[in-house]
Amino acid sequence: MEFDKPATTNPIDQLKVVGKPVHRIDGESKTTGRAIYAYEWHDPKVAYAYGYPVGSSIAKGRVLSIDSAAVRKAPGVLGVVTTLDVGDLEKGKYNTAKLFGGSEVQHYHQAVAVVIAETFEQARAAAALIRIDYAAEKGRFDLKAEKTSAKTPEPSTEPESAAGDFQAAFSAAPITLDAEYTTPDQSHAMMEPHASIAAWNGDEITLWTSSQMIDWWRTDLATTLGIEKEKVHLMSPFIGGGFGGKLFLRADAVLAALAAKKIGRPVKVALPRPMIPNNTTHRPATIQRIRIGAERSGKITAIAHESWSGDLPGGGPEPAVMQTRLLYAGENRITAMKLATLDLPEGNAMRAPGEAPGLMALEIAMDEMAEKLGMDPIEFRILNDTQVDPENPERPFSYRDLVGCLKLGAQKFGWDKRPRTGTKREGNWMVGMGVAAAFRNNLVMPSGARVKLDAEGTVTVETDMTDIGTGSYTIIAQTAAEMMGVTVDKVAVQLGDSRFPVSAGSGGQFGANSATSGVYAACVKLREAITAKLGINSTDVVFEDGQVKSGSRVVSLAEAAGPDGLVGEDTMEWGDLTKTHQQSTFGGHFVEVGVDVATGETRIRRMLAVCAAGRILNPITARSQVIGAMTMGAGGALMEELSVDTRHGFFVNHDLAGYEVPVHADIPHQEVIFLDETDPYSSPMKAKGVGELGLCGVSAAIANAIYNATGVRVRDYPITLDKLLEKLPDVA
Amino acid sequence: MPTPFNLELSRRELLVSSAATVALAGAAGGARAADRGEESLNRSTEVSFEVNGEAKRLDLDNRTTLLDALREHLHLTGTKKGCDHGQCGACTVLVDGRRINSCLTLAVMHEGDKITTIEGLGQPGSLHPMQAAFVKYDGFQCGYCTPGQICSSVAVLEEIRADIPSHVTQDLNTPAAITSAEIRERMSGNICRCGAYSNILDAITEVAGVPA
Repeated sequence: MEFDKPATTNPIDQLKVVGKPVHRIDGESKTTGRAIYAYEWHDPKVAYAYGYPVGSSIAKGRVLSIDSAAVRKAPGVLGVVTTLDVGDLEKGKYNTAKLFGGSEVQHYHQAVAVVIAETFEQARAAAALIRIDYAAEKGRFDLKAEKTSAKTPEPSTEPESAAGDFQAAFSAAPITLDAEYTTPDQSHAMMEPHASIAAWNGDEITLWTSSQMIDWWRTDLATTLGIEKEKVHLMSPFIGGGFGGKLFLRADAVLAALAAKKIGRPVKVALPRPMIPNNTTHRPATIQRIRIGAERSGKITAIAHESWSGDLPGGGPEPAVMQTRLLYAGENRITAMKLATLDLPEGNAMRAPGEAPGLMALEIAMDEMAEKLGMDPIEFRILNDTQVDPENPERPFSYRDLVGCLKLGAQKFGWDKRPRTGTKREGNWMVGMGVAAAFRNNLVMPSGARVKLDAEGTVTVETDMTDIGTGSYTIIAQTAAEMMGVTVDKVAVQLGDSRFPVSAGSGGQFGANSATSGVYAACVKLREAITAKLGINSTDVVFEDGQVKSGSRVVSLAEAAGPDGLVGEDTMEWGDLTKTHQQSTFGGHFVEVGVDVATGETRIRRMLAVCAAGRILNPITARSQVIGAMTMGAGGALMEELSVDTRHGFFVNHDLAGYEVPVHADIPHQEVIFLDETDPYSSPMKAKGVGELGLCGVSAAIANAIYNATGVRVRDYPITLDKLLEKLPDVA
Repeated sequence: MPTPFNLELSRRELLVSSAATVALAGAAGGARAADRGEESLNRSTEVSFEVNGEAKRLDLDNRTTLLDALREHLHLTGTKKGCDHGQCGACTVLVDGRRINSCLTLAVMHEGDKITTIEGLGQPGSLHPMQAAFVKYDGFQCGYCTPGQICSSVAVLEEIRADIPSHVTQDLNTPAAITSAEIRERMSGNICRCGAYSNILDAITEVAGVPA
């Protein structure tokens, strides 16, 4: 099915199941420990061996030799596979850094060997006996130092945009801001480490793994192993978090596959936690310069956003300027990205790539500008709202209610009680409020599904879609239930198996809308198959209460299916509605903080997000996505930073003790409000993404609240107490 | 009132004393702690403990953590390995009613212990009240930290009821109270990267039977 015209009324609009607060259908499995994750697949007939990976201890250079004699003699060892043994392997098309094979070292903790033994303990101990000689080369590890050498990246990344004459307008503007902001490298730090179990059957491989994108992994694993894609079977029905870190094939999959081949037995490999931040990908650090010029009325006349980031050769920029092309009006505007070559681990997508760090800067800049104008920051944003793409004013937004988010949020949060900067004290606490806009584009991806109806009247959905905690199982069940006129308990959902139709997968907040649209398309096919079999007129047909009704005729779905059952399969494809209409999601983040006047410690007291993201398919799971993102944004504001050792080229704090993420004590009660809206331009579901929107702007709202509390403006994330302390008022 | 640890103890003393505990527990389990060198790489020990009410007897490499004994030997994979270094709490189980990071303790130290894992708290169809509350309040997303969060939650309420103070307990002379601050503080060893904390607090609060 191709979605090329705005949706009209369709069965989803009944909203008997879709849009209802249905509890997760996988909730009992997850809360009782029965959900099986990658490393946990267990066939009692199989003797699994354990692979323990070894990471490079240099950041750049070559592996000269690997001495594994002592490893091979160690108790329980079944084999060793080294990067020199296997030679150069073809890199998957979605990877920037190679994962394994050959002598070249591109980054610290790149996989250079895997030691296979009967037990985990034996493999780990033996891996410590490996001796590797390297020829280290000088690398570039410091973004700040490489900033001047940064170049304009490939045209496909849209590195530059412009409209009007920024320079002239900025020079003429009576009120201007020109400021630099920095965001650090960040780590996904999902709770489940990257893990794979590989089992070969002749020349075919089955891989149980933890992947957000089944088909991308399948394709790239086949490429890396040099085998046909059809020989690769991937399974990933439960994923212990991803946040972008499991979008692309990772080393555990390659090592497990090669190790299993080597010893002729299934092998399981998990990346040890301390290896994850340097072995895998991360959100790249940015240096951003923002210039805004406005009339005294507050109307923006000029806006420029430039961003510098770094990556390995062949990599791309962190697209931190993208939201600035669309978020606010202003006739004269430019954006530009520059990319430096860095020999750090691969930079790549982490939840809301671009917008997350971009809004961390832009939404502080807007706060600063409002202050210069003597305006309320909400008023300033509302004044500069746009209903069209500012670079192409003939191109409208499909639906945009940023103003509604900000107004409702202000009212619910008690924005009118925001203190004047640095004036409110409660004991040792300086108290302040901050606001930021949330913005993230709505992306769509082709998405397929197969829907089966059996003689029991059970509807089974099969798609290679993944549920990384997002709630895919539940919203897919709701979609199929709505379309087929059954209750959710009559729907079984099977996900994350490469034998199923290729779906959107989970990323870019495109999963929910795209994958349910794919299920919608497959259900339309199944409905057609049912009516065709029953020979009834499909125009007056109604599917409800587990029955097919046409005129006076009523047939149960079970009966319609018959002993052989019926199947509908289709893929939702997308026309050019995303080109003719800018499709985006919007929100307002409101935060209250207290900053300890003596220690500079920031505590978040209240958080509210108001989101406008099309139809909300399930308010429970959508809300969880948003509060989870707000939590990640709290981490970004206050603590998350991969510290770069610029001499040796690696992230120093590469575990969950050193890389701090928010814990229970950091997070207050969180409120989320969804505006009641639909966007018929987005899909037949009329939904948009929400999982990344929730992260966009949160950190800046916190930064702005800290400023309101203390009068200290920090433009360098994370806002740790050392950056505040010297500027805080004296304590008697 | 029980003191959680002696504040005078230096970090070095703590490490030494922990090592002694390991050696003693190992000895109780039948290992010869005095043995050293190459062959100790392959030393195994028989250990018996009860898991979810069932007696288990395992012959384990001495280096096997309680976590890996559960996951890799007993195939009770509800207990999760998030970091294997005591940093995340995903491996939390109950040992003789007290919560513990099962990755930071060797299986052979648990001779005779009664261990409860997430599988022992409740099953699909007959959930423990805490499991039901997590479903009701959507106190999880990806589900990977969830068994640890739930085991911790159950233990936290017991700890407060047993009047064991925490970092945020204001007054040591009055019984510890079940408050949001106490729960948040005590749950802070269990990381949830999906960020379900606000919902988890609601779930625990409901089970505790106190207003949030």
